[in-house]
Amino acid sequence: MGNWLVNHWFSVLILVVWIGLNVFLFVQTFLKYEKSDEYYYTREILGTALAVARASARCLNFNSMLILVPVCRNLLSFLRGTCSFCNRTLRKPLDQNLTFHKLVAYAICIFTAIHIIAHLFNFERYHTSQQAKDGSLASVLSGLSHHEKYGGSWLNPFQSPNMTVLYVTFTSIAGLTGVIGTVALILMVTSAMEFIRRHYFELFWFTHHLFIVYFLCLALHGFGRIVRGQTKDSMKESHPHKCAQSFEKWDHHDSHCRPPQFEGNPPESWKWIVAPVILYIFERILRLLRSQQRVMITKVVMHPSKVLELQMTKQGFSMEVGQYIFVKCPSISLLEWHPFTLTSAPEEDFFSIHVRAAGDWTENLIRAFEQHHSPVPRIQVDGPFGTVSEDVFQYEVAVLVGAGIGVTPFASILKSIWYKFQRADHNLKIQKIYFYWICRETGAFSWFNDLMISLEQEMEELGKVGFLNYRLFLTGWDSNIAGHAALNFDKATDILTGLKQKTYFGRPKWENEFSTIATAHPKSVVGVFLCGPQTLAKNLRKCCHRYSSLDPRKVQFYFNKENF
Amino acid sequence: MGQIEWAMWANEQALASGLILVAGGIVATVGRFAQWYFGAYSIAAGALVCLLEYPRGRRRKGSTMERCGQKYVAAAVKLFGPLTRNYYVRAVLHLLLSVPAGFLLATILGTVCLAIASVIYLLAAIRGEQWLPIESKPKERPQAEDIKPPPSNPPPRPPAEARKKPNEDEVAAGGNPQVNPIPVTDEVV
Repeated sequence: MGNWLVNHWFSVLILVVWIGLNVFLFVQTFLKYEKSDEYYYTREILGTALAVARASARCLNFNSMLILVPVCRNLLSFLRGTCSFCNRTLRKPLDQNLTFHKLVAYAICIFTAIHIIAHLFNFERYHTSQQAKDGSLASVLSGLSHHEKYGGSWLNPFQSPNMTVLYVTFTSIAGLTGVIGTVALILMVTSAMEFIRRHYFELFWFTHHLFIVYFLCLALHGFGRIVRGQTKDSMKESHPHKCAQSFEKWDHHDSHCRPPQFEGNPPESWKWIVAPVILYIFERILRLLRSQQRVMITKVVMHPSKVLELQMTKQGFSMEVGQYIFVKCPSISLLEWHPFTLTSAPEEDFFSIHVRAAGDWTENLIRAFEQHHSPVPRIQVDGPFGTVSEDVFQYEVAVLVGAGIGVTPFASILKSIWYKFQRADHNLKIQKIYFYWICRETGAFSWFNDLMISLEQEMEELGKVGFLNYRLFLTGWDSNIAGHAALNFDKATDILTGLKQKTYFGRPKWENEFSTIATAHPKSVVGVFLCGPQTLAKNLRKCCHRYSSLDPRKVQFYFNKENF
Repeated sequence: MGQIEWAMWANEQALASGLILVAGGIVATVGRFAQWYFGAYSIAAGALVCLLEYPRGRRRKGSTMERCGQKYVAAAVKLFGPLTRNYYVRAVLHLLLSVPAGFLLATILGTVCLAIASVIYLLAAIRGEQWLPIESKPKERPQAEDIKPPPSNPPPRPPAEARKKPNEDEVAAGGNPQVNPIPVTDEVV
């Protein structure tokens, strides 16, 4: 627990501040509407539900303001770049932007529920007091609009006894925008469930654009000015503390009290959301402009296991290790953008991605390039966007774990290191790399075979054999492969990969690996980078905590996970 | 977009609508709103929808993640056979269930959401999708047998003395029926 806190204190701080602000806004608004005199008469009809509805509304405004910011990935990349001098712990929250986005979304759902329930009570009470004929203060207040002498200063939106709750809901701006906005919110949430997002991503992506409807409805929601409080002039004249008791006599000419005058609160939602909406519009425009630039495809390679490598160039494109881009292929789909990690190194004069067949879009892409169409399908690119792998060079010792196609960010890193060695860049902070590649089937190895073989040779030539320790694990083995490997045990190179390092079968025993590394580097800061499944992340995170010593001067493991 | 299974989204939407119906119904009933009996109906309808929609159907390709504890409800849902398998039936059912809740403001949100779920189910049915229960997981890949080490002890045998046949003295004293013409020694090692 101690180690986790050391790594994540900044994220925890942000979380605590966010919760604190929510609580503060809720309580402050609640007290205002529950205690202040200008809402005395409103409370007479509505009770505490008024304060609850307004407090949750303010929190909704606050959270709706926040929710767009974590998805402005260009802004986040910019922040990560400018803050590169910052402590790595300070930049960790930038990697958790999607988690924060989801958290704020949950808060919006909860506050929406509270807001709706409170307003259901409010409408019901307005309706009841409009129909009441008992001469109570509530019914007198509800009848206020009928006093022509005092203008249209009404309190109760239910103007006549015939109006039902449903009628007022669907004929008032607040009611209509409320219902439509909530339906949009619900559709967004149900299509964003993990199950739908993982397996039917396009459905999630398109439905999520209903946020435009939600924000429009939110902005317009308060324009009906349906929440009404007493005007200042009216309070000076007939303060509720003086006049509330003598409400039967308001109409009499000789009473000191006049009927109270009401005005609606001006809409405030738009003030909260205007800045993030503008920011997000800029973000989308920037993505559009970047994507319009011409992309030249310089090389197409089909690897076994249905993996397509595309090498491309684009004017003004510059990248760092481990970054990713969004790719669109208009001939396959006009609207879809899909993320891919860059597998080339910044030192190369092209950039490349490796695409595995994992769904509709990727299969169509691979098929389009397989069929050697002329001309080659056009590609649009947005990015690059930075993720955690950029931090790899900041550590003295790095443990890189890639599962299957998750090895792609690390391919970029290894290539970059190879180039740095070639150019004799001895300023590398990295002293040692432990690279674990875990794969199900042998065909998947061929992609980076060339890279690994040349790296092996490079290390030998430079006499730096110990710099890169890699272990390749084949998890989908059967007795045939094992038997074959056993028979060829004595050969110098591995039969599957041609590398000097033999392939291991099964999964790595992380406890052994971590304890070996901890013993070999007792005083270093070790960065652990994973691109792979959640279960593996849990395992590695546990090992990082277990093998980090509590003494900050001794070995420390920092866990970084990248997942799309 | 070709591989989208609309029924999966319809299922999430319907489940959410069921919960909203229940929540709205509770508010209307507890607050004794006008025509609160629609609220009571909404609770029942919402509960029915939740029970029907809780078990997730099987995806066409790949493995499907079950909802927690859905096995038991799935067994009940399976019993109805084609009524629950067919999505046209579900679309119509949800549409009918949603209508009465539309008379009350507290539950109208549930109505709209359930109606949308009904439309998505209709789309799924038109595309030929069906609700199929998730099969229980196949047996785990048999682990490689542990290679037992070879035995380190010889097989159990009685000690050397006991292995010898009874000696000639005993034989002579005991009255062995057979008389050996030449002396016989046991060659046991």
